[in-house]
Amino acid sequence: MATFPEYIAQNEERDGVRFSWNVWPSSRLEATRMVVPVAALFTPLRERTDLPPIQYEPVLCSRATCRAVLNPLCQVDYRAKLWACNFCYQRNQFPPSYAGISEVNQPAELLPQFSTIEYVVQRGPQMPLVFLYVVDTCMEDEDLQALKESLQMSLSLLPPTALVGLITFGRMVQVHELGCEGISKSYVFRGTKDLNAKQLQEMLGLTKPAAAQGRGPQAAPQPLSNRFLQPVQKIDMNLTDLLGELQRDPWPVTQGKRPLRSLGVAMSIAVGLLECTFPNTGARIMTFIGGPATQGPGMVVGDELKTPIRSWHDIEKDNAKFMKKATKHYESLAIRASTNGHIIDIYACALDQTGLLEMKCCSNHTGGYMVMADSFNTSLFKQTFQRVFTKDVQGSFKMAFAATLEVKTSREIKVSGAIGPCVSLSAKGPCVSENEIGTGGTCQWKICGLDPATTLALYFEVVNQHNAPIPQGGRGAIQFVTQYQHSSGQRRIRVTTTARNWADAQTQIQSIAASFDQEAAAILMARLAVYRAETEEGPDVLRWLDRQLPQRRSKLLQLCHLTHYESSYYRHQFNRQDLTQALIMIQPVLYAYSFNGPPEPVLLDSSSILPDRILLMDTFFQILIYHGETVAQWRKAGYQDMAEYENFRHLLQAPVDDAQELLHTRFPMPRYIDTEHGGSQARFLLSKVNPSQTHNNMYAWGQESGAPILTDDVSLQVFMDHLKKLAVSSAA
Amino acid sequence: MNVNQHTPMASPYGQPQPGYSQPGYVPLDGGYPGPYAPYNGPASPYQPGAPPQGISGPARGPPTTGPLPVSAPHQYNQYSHSQGDMQNGPPPMTQAQPRPPVSQPYNPGAMNMSGPHPTYPQHYGPPPTMQQVSNQMSGMQITSGPPTPAGPGYAPPHSSQPPVSTAYSAPPPPSYTQAPPPVSSAPTQPPPPSGPAASQQYYGSPPPPSQQPFNSSLPPTSQQQFTSSSVPPPPSQQTLPPSSYSGPAPPPGQAPAPPVSQPQQSFPPSQPPPTSQPAFTPGPPPTAPGSFTPQAPPPSSQSGSFPPPGPPPTSAPSCQYPGPLPPQQQPPPSQPFPYHSGPPPPRAQMPPTSMAQSNHLPPGPQGPPGPPGPLQQPPSQPGMQTGYPPQQNGAFGQVRGPQPGYAGPYPGQPNYGAPAPAPAPAPPAQKRLDPDAIPSPIQVIEDDKAKSTEPFTTGVRGQAPPLVTTNFQVKDQGNASPRFVRCTAYNMPCTADMAKQSQVPLAAVVKPLAMLPPDETPPYLVDHGEGGPIRCNRCKAYMCPYMQFIEGGRRFQCGFCSCVTEVPPHYFQHLDHTGKRVDCYDRPELSLGSYEFLATVDYCKNNKLPQPPAFIFLIDVSYNAVKSGMVNIVCQELKTLLDYLPRENPEMDSAVRVGFVTYNKVLHFYNVKSSLAQPQMLVVSDVSDMFVPLLDGFLVNVNESRLVIESLLDQIPEMFADTRETETVFGPVIQAGLEALKAADCAGKLFVFHTSLPIAEAPGKLKNREDKKLIGTDKEKSLFQPQVGFYNTLAKECVAQGCCVDLFLFPNQYVDVATLGVVPVSTGGSVYKYTYFQAQLDQERFLNDLRRDVQKLVGFDAVMRVRTSTGIRATDFFGSFFMSNTTDVELAGLDCDKAITVEFKHDDKLSEETGALMQCAVLYTSCSGQRRLRIHNMAVNCCSQLADLYRNCETDTIINFFSKYAFRGVLNNPTKAVRDTLVNQCAQILACYRKNCASPSSAGQLILPECMKLLPVYLNCVLKSDVLLPGADVSLDDRAYLRQLISCMDVTETHVFFYPRLLPLMKLESGSLPVAVRDSEERLSKGGVYLLETGLHLFLWVGASVQQELLLNIFGTPSFGQIDSSMTSLPVLDNPFSQRLREIIDSFRAQRSRYMKLMVVKQEDRAELIFRHFLVEDKSASGGASYVDFLCHMHKEIRQLLS
Repeated sequence: MATFPEYIAQNEERDGVRFSWNVWPSSRLEATRMVVPVAALFTPLRERTDLPPIQYEPVLCSRATCRAVLNPLCQVDYRAKLWACNFCYQRNQFPPSYAGISEVNQPAELLPQFSTIEYVVQRGPQMPLVFLYVVDTCMEDEDLQALKESLQMSLSLLPPTALVGLITFGRMVQVHELGCEGISKSYVFRGTKDLNAKQLQEMLGLTKPAAAQGRGPQAAPQPLSNRFLQPVQKIDMNLTDLLGELQRDPWPVTQGKRPLRSLGVAMSIAVGLLECTFPNTGARIMTFIGGPATQGPGMVVGDELKTPIRSWHDIEKDNAKFMKKATKHYESLAIRASTNGHIIDIYACALDQTGLLEMKCCSNHTGGYMVMADSFNTSLFKQTFQRVFTKDVQGSFKMAFAATLEVKTSREIKVSGAIGPCVSLSAKGPCVSENEIGTGGTCQWKICGLDPATTLALYFEVVNQHNAPIPQGGRGAIQFVTQYQHSSGQRRIRVTTTARNWADAQTQIQSIAASFDQEAAAILMARLAVYRAETEEGPDVLRWLDRQLPQRRSKLLQLCHLTHYESSYYRHQFNRQDLTQALIMIQPVLYAYSFNGPPEPVLLDSSSILPDRILLMDTFFQILIYHGETVAQWRKAGYQDMAEYENFRHLLQAPVDDAQELLHTRFPMPRYIDTEHGGSQARFLLSKVNPSQTHNNMYAWGQESGAPILTDDVSLQVFMDHLKKLAVSSAA
Repeated sequence: MNVNQHTPMASPYGQPQPGYSQPGYVPLDGGYPGPYAPYNGPASPYQPGAPPQGISGPARGPPTTGPLPVSAPHQYNQYSHSQGDMQNGPPPMTQAQPRPPVSQPYNPGAMNMSGPHPTYPQHYGPPPTMQQVSNQMSGMQITSGPPTPAGPGYAPPHSSQPPVSTAYSAPPPPSYTQAPPPVSSAPTQPPPPSGPAASQQYYGSPPPPSQQPFNSSLPPTSQQQFTSSSVPPPPSQQTLPPSSYSGPAPPPGQAPAPPVSQPQQSFPPSQPPPTSQPAFTPGPPPTAPGSFTPQAPPPSSQSGSFPPPGPPPTSAPSCQYPGPLPPQQQPPPSQPFPYHSGPPPPRAQMPPTSMAQSNHLPPGPQGPPGPPGPLQQPPSQPGMQTGYPPQQNGAFGQVRGPQPGYAGPYPGQPNYGAPAPAPAPAPPAQKRLDPDAIPSPIQVIEDDKAKSTEPFTTGVRGQAPPLVTTNFQVKDQGNASPRFVRCTAYNMPCTADMAKQSQVPLAAVVKPLAMLPPDETPPYLVDHGEGGPIRCNRCKAYMCPYMQFIEGGRRFQCGFCSCVTEVPPHYFQHLDHTGKRVDCYDRPELSLGSYEFLATVDYCKNNKLPQPPAFIFLIDVSYNAVKSGMVNIVCQELKTLLDYLPRENPEMDSAVRVGFVTYNKVLHFYNVKSSLAQPQMLVVSDVSDMFVPLLDGFLVNVNESRLVIESLLDQIPEMFADTRETETVFGPVIQAGLEALKAADCAGKLFVFHTSLPIAEAPGKLKNREDKKLIGTDKEKSLFQPQVGFYNTLAKECVAQGCCVDLFLFPNQYVDVATLGVVPVSTGGSVYKYTYFQAQLDQERFLNDLRRDVQKLVGFDAVMRVRTSTGIRATDFFGSFFMSNTTDVELAGLDCDKAITVEFKHDDKLSEETGALMQCAVLYTSCSGQRRLRIHNMAVNCCSQLADLYRNCETDTIINFFSKYAFRGVLNNPTKAVRDTLVNQCAQILACYRKNCASPSSAGQLILPECMKLLPVYLNCVLKSDVLLPGADVSLDDRAYLRQLISCMDVTETHVFFYPRLLPLMKLESGSLPVAVRDSEERLSKGGVYLLETGLHLFLWVGASVQQELLLNIFGTPSFGQIDSSMTSLPVLDNPFSQRLREIIDSFRAQRSRYMKLMVVKQEDRAELIFRHFLVEDKSASGGASYVDFLCHMHKEIRQLLS
């Protein structure tokens, strides 16, 4: 028997699942006493290079309310060619194609190592991928140029059959018709007026083609395309030219005004266009914005520069007059998009806020990316964007589309909800708990866009009554069925079935406590906190968390130092990244480089900041290299350029190399910061470190041992002490 | 004032005159100073000098004043004038003299018409059927007869009959005048006038058909009288007339019918008269003067004179047509004569002026015409004669070949002396009344041409210009050229009472940006510097010749409001001894009637100098538009046309920027920025709330973006070649253009090429509401009103932006022009309509219209204000524009073809000394983006005698006013009510004349003022127009189209529109046009070929038995049957005849603002129906009265008013 950490790692490796508890309390009562609920972090598309998809479709339980997929946990009667569903205990006949089944000739889905297995659906048309660029033209020429180049570059990364479309916006919104010879055409819409899909369809003249498309029922309408969405291979040149001719929004912007940016309508049109042309087909709306929406539905700030964009302060005071309307607008868009399986990515590059707070749901609900940078002309954006199109070894994009995740549970346990880049499909079923956590009330969620790292937090409720003990050795099972559109255009179904032992908290509390996955629990609780923070008042959440809590308050909850759009961004990432990355977000890692030895991880504590060290901090969003005071002086003096101080050069170089490595694997690209003692950017570091030394206690610790931090936050030391107490008491 | 005077003065005062006439100002001043000194005095009033007199006299142009003052001794004045100068002399003369004498003389001139009727009526009484008459008198009958149609107008039946009787009685006597001409024609005529049938029915009951004839014939013109007189005795015209009168008195109404009958009767006898006709011709008295002349002949015996009158009748206008005149005249004549005598001399001296005055003169002559007149007149008349002859000729000529006639007649005139023959004429008249006996437009036109040989100088106040049909040169000497401003009356009544009594509309037709012929200088541009134009402090009138400098030139007194304003230092100038500024002739604003000021920033919108305007082409690309070939044609044409955008400096590129839009249910904007490799199309499908999708690259300089534009124009037809979209929008199209101009912050013009009723869902969506059942009902007016209010609002916005809209329509069915035209009409734009457009047949017309429309001089964002001197003010305006208050005429665009008719009303008394001044100032942005003010000044005389008013009217302008007034009236009133109003007002005008200015005569006489003798015929044309009396085949769109079109026509255009020009083409000479013939089928010879033009249509009518040679010359085929009547241009044949004919056609087209498509009409072809519609003297298929009938009706109306 492996240790729990090994077991956890193995499960995570094989199934992409990490439970907060790996042994479940067997009754509702006990479970509720645990504080940390039974929950799981599930990464549906965790990369499994060893998992070749099988070319047939799953066998389902014949009970209409169950429809669970045949899995290794099922009992099989090889002679009778029967199998019993391990969720509803229904006995099912194998389909004819399984006639040859026997103990020695088992299908893959019955093999234990295939607790996670992927099927390829053979039916239905192979849908093309759709990429719709929505491009802001209200930006500096430099930025626009950089963006145009990135977009042109991206065309070469798309599969030739992928459909692309282009919508540009500024004061007006233009839907470009592609592949026109001799004249370029576009449909222009006012930036102040929202249109529903039907209106849009009429105005774009898409009504008739659609009707005319009835070329035989389901007769593989393959090259589905229209004037606005065409295969890359066909309009590659045309679109490249089109992008090349893209001009900065020509409408004059008078002094003291912001450019009129019709972002809300542009997104609405993008959503509408796909809605009426490719419903339920994987599609990405990639939105590139250079500033906040300043007119029309979705505007977050007026065009008067003298009126600044709402601050967190305004929001708290309910003084942000556009926010509610804008949020509502984007939410409705998110719902429309997610309903149709479309992803909305937001690439916001501006020095000021762009209204991500209002728009966050667009990405959050659709599984889209949200990338934030200062400018399109930065490597942060350029590389991040390029990384979107990363391919796996098979040459397929590391992205999947229009997925639905269905959760099936044993009778003793029900699913309360999910937190992650998903929306509810409102599928009621026997395994749906009445107690909602996160997005609940359903056993199916739509995840329009997901990549191998996309991780959902799923919360469960043990419903078994105390007076109905589960037989010794009983196991609770959970099956995750993820149907999605693979970037190759195939429909695939990935099924993960996992089970955990039940334990009576009265008698087996030790084993339950031992099965606690602290990391997973931290993330799960953090997500829950974030979720609450978004739906409830901030301070309350902090208090709730403090009460609950095996978990450090992180940046994600501390809004006071952040602009809320940044927080939206952070929360967005937090809600989708896998455990490791999420942990980094919660607890940045800090490495120290010095002449005293090899790089070593050090406490994220102010006491780690020493003059002769170089620190490398990874907060997920930022990679920061901090040169201590002395080192900085050396560097300034140019020692690194002197042959005799080559070691110093090496010392300087070491963290840079490490940072590069991180930069290369991280998505989105973190902000790379190189700073030094007293540098303005050092604040990023100082804001992260544990305030072991503050103005409250600095005199006790002495000046030379570290850099004091001016904060009222409690130090980690204190917090950890507190946490330990809590954790123990909760487990007790 | 002085200033004004100055200019005028110069000429006016003897000296000036000389100067004016030819030399110009300079001479005047210099040379004459001494002699005229006194006069100058007036002018000088300003100056210390002649203060007393100066004021009164000087003020007005010496000329006028001169005359006026004379008032007491008009004659003298006249003399002086005559002596002084031809120029001034004439005008003043006419006025002064004319009045007193005229009034009397005129009286005599009265028409016999009425006379005859009475008598007949009695005789035949109602019984007589009009049948016969109808034919001839069709007019009369029609009125009455037309029971139904005419009915309303005439109300004939009842009244007519009674009156008729009386009239008829009289008629007999008058017979001569009319008779003569009628006689000959009469017989023939009767038949032609289909009228007979109807009329007959009318009278049908009436016993003897013969009688009927009389009636009919009689009524029409004095002829009846003749007819009655026709009796051999006719010669004793005068006697007859009298009798006629007596007769007439009783029943005016019926008169017509009876008269006709008589005519016929008379005919027999009349036949002999025919010969007499010729006599008449000689009698030439035709014109008022003519009448006299005729009289002259009779001198010996009144009757004798009258006979001539017979002819006069035709000439009737001024004179009395029928014999009646004579009688009356005789008494007054005496006076007239003196005058005449006076006049004559002047004439001699002042030939030119006299010509101009001719109009005026006529009156004078008329006076003389009076019985006595004839005698004496002969000598004096010479001048007049010329005038007369034409008429007679016309009359006669018409009977036969118009032209031939002319030739003859004219010659005859000379004979005039012979007039004596008058008697002879009489007989003819007796035979029957006939169209030749009634005033002939052709005659009047030709007379005027003959008179107008010298340039028309504008320096003389109150001088009526030559007719619009006459070619003449204008010299601006202080008043605006008639090409810019024409007035209905050049001598306005002093008081509102007089004006009301006369009912003569006081109006001016202003064409502010009119193009001038190459030999006339366009208005000078004056720059008064940073302070802007110098203006009166109080009324804000602009510096003009009517400003009188005082106090040594330090201040000036406004001629309009009398307010005294300081002269800004930079504008100061010393005065000479006459009170004129020394630099008077160096400054256009002090010496000319028309000029321009450079406006300063204060005159600009938002106090910002304007941007150059833009032209936006909006092309319908729906199925119909593509299929008809329109889209292709427009695109092809634009490629070259864009090089001809209007510009002020031919050396430079046009500053006008262009933009392109195509549309069907959605709009496509094009980005044609020069930096683009290919054009960009921006589709706006959200038409519910129109906006412009782009800014940069939409409006571009043609040269810079030439390649992109050409690429675009090449692609448009291709892109939509396969379109299946049939629905269109319209409101959003204009909105789009408007928004584009707004975005570019400039004024401009939209050229919209549209095909169909906009039924697609969008603002301004329309439904088909054409309902012929409404025609003739009280709801008919609603058809002329826009069906939705949307376009009114839109028009307002367009005007605010200076967005002028020109609409080219290519409808295949009802498109609701009444509604679609709202914006063009309110923005100073034009509507062009090409129904059933076929590329092959209509391309030429369309392209020529388009070319002209794009190239023509145009101003934008214009505001016109008319200022007047105290006593009158501009109260109403007609044309294509928008008014948001009661004084400012706002024109988003104003081009050189647009005229605005302004009506004036009294709000106080005017004085004869100062006359009435008006200043029309148009502030506009030129096509290069320069802000300017164009000023037109006009001074007219004022009179306290109605006769003066009648002697200085311009019928063509009055008709212009009436037509616009009526065509606007149909918006709010039943068309029948509008017609009745017109008839009533016309009758009142003429009755007033008859009552106050004509010498007493029998009520049976129709006496028309010389200047208005064509009023009935022209008015009838207005009444019969498609707008007021639509035929069954006239669509609602056509009517709305015409209605809108007429509203901005100038006098030249309305004239030819209502009375088309009909040229016989049997003989063509280079250098001169054949003399036109009257618009009646009778005038067409089966063996002839005729060209008819209306300004909108051009027909070539080919008689069925035309000579082969002619056919060969014209068509290159010897066979009538082989003529392809679908041709739109004549084959180019290498023979002089063909060349000349095509030259003529080209010259006609060049004269009109719209290209006329040639239609070849073969006699008795189906298309002839269309052609006949334009023979306006005939009964129309839609029920319009013939000229003769209408005249009778008018006569009846007048008599009713008089009784």
